[in-house]
Amino acid sequence: MEQVLFWICGVVSIVFAVMMILKRNPVHSALCLIVVFLCLAVSYLLLGAEFLAAVQVIVYAGAIMVLFLFVIMLLNLDDEVHSPGKPRMALIAGSSIGSGLILLFLLTGGVFKALSGTRGAEKVVAGNTQAVAELLFTKYLLPFEVTSILLLAAIIGAIVLAGKKG
Amino acid sequence: MGLVEIGIVLIKAVVVFACMLLCVAYLTWLERKVLGHMQVRCGPLRVGWHGLLQPIADGIKLLFKEDIVVSSANTFIYILSPMIVTGAAFAAIAVVPFGDQIEILGKKIALNIADVDIGVLYIFALSSLSVYGITLAGWSSNSKYALLGGLRSAAQMISYELPMGLSIIGVLMLSGSLRPVDIVESQDVWYIVKQPIGFLIFLICGFAECNRNPFDLPEAENELVAGFHVEYSSMKFALFFMAEYAHMIVLSALVATLFLGGWRGPVLPGVVWFMLKVFALLFFFVWVRATYPRFRYDQLMKFGWKVLFPVSLLNILVTGLGMVLWG
Repeated sequence: MEQVLFWICGVVSIVFAVMMILKRNPVHSALCLIVVFLCLAVSYLLLGAEFLAAVQVIVYAGAIMVLFLFVIMLLNLDDEVHSPGKPRMALIAGSSIGSGLILLFLLTGGVFKALSGTRGAEKVVAGNTQAVAELLFTKYLLPFEVTSILLLAAIIGAIVLAGKKG
Repeated sequence: MGLVEIGIVLIKAVVVFACMLLCVAYLTWLERKVLGHMQVRCGPLRVGWHGLLQPIADGIKLLFKEDIVVSSANTFIYILSPMIVTGAAFAAIAVVPFGDQIEILGKKIALNIADVDIGVLYIFALSSLSVYGITLAGWSSNSKYALLGGLRSAAQMISYELPMGLSIIGVLMLSGSLRPVDIVESQDVWYIVKQPIGFLIFLICGFAECNRNPFDLPEAENELVAGFHVEYSSMKFALFFMAEYAHMIVLSALVATLFLGGWRGPVLPGVVWFMLKVFALLFFFVWVRATYPRFRYDQLMKFGWKVLFPVSLLNILVTGLGMVLWG
């Protein structure tokens, strides 16, 4: 059951990720990305990380992508204008980079598999909400706080940039 | 999970869905009736006794109307968006507990469809997805009024989702769980007593999430004609309508669960108490519609970000302090 779900979700997410790049209409691209996020949430569920799944949907699919859509709609972007480059060159470049990446993933996957006998012990704990909270507020407290400061800096930067124009 | 369990879950799902549909239909009747009497009119009166068959007549009428797809619309998304809205609104009721466990033929049956550990987050996730339906409906209709309505709803829902999520953190801190059943069981004193500010913020944001008056800017009749669903007709239009009322029911159920002690109450059985609370909240929804005028758009945004958001943060702080001092 889990295997079947995993494969469905994996294939769907890859198909929609590719469609996101290929679609000419920005709104369609955004929609494809939402489907990818939803598939990711299902993958989290399959791994037993319910909290992460819910947060994935609420934050990424629910908030960030709505903002994306909002901006796209506000600017009223039409279909992407055909870029005057050479499509065949782009195709060759893209496919070679893509196959290179796949090779890289396979290699790193192999390495990880070789290492996993020594290092895969601590990943099981972070399942439900309480475990996540405990880890966030004890072991990973410093990275957690540093991330929030990073986000704060980004917000202040955005305000400064926006304020200069007006 | 054996066959019996699967059967029980299926029966529960079908019963709850049917009840929801019925409630949605009669909520329209209730709204028109209450609004009518508050404005010294009668409301629907002709179809059936005191207009009781009016929702059915309306339903049949909507089913048989011409189904228009605007020629310049983005057809796929145009058809998809009412489905998203309705699906998200109806699916959210699955984790709400209607009553305590009951025993039938020696089997314990929990009165909710799914007992999810992260139930509250699940409802929030679904309601955040329903924004897409409205926004995309506005965009895909390819009409300026619809687009403006869609944009407004996107901005409004993002602004009010944040304080809404923050306002229940006080409740979650007190109960120590995201499971609706646990939250109800931890309420020996209703959380509305311990969390009055959280309750108020949640209720206000709830009105905004449902696009109800005084926050019904996405569909403001007198400036946007009907907002995001102006190009929809027949059953697709009805789906938006049903979604709005289903959203109201889910929200009332959620308020009852989080702040009003869910199914708990003296003498009467749990389900009855739950229904009473939900009904009272629904009546309140209609009452507010009859009473208040609509916000202006900039007022709405200012209120969300400059009042509700800081107050809900403060509420968390005060709750934490209280728990440390009197825990």
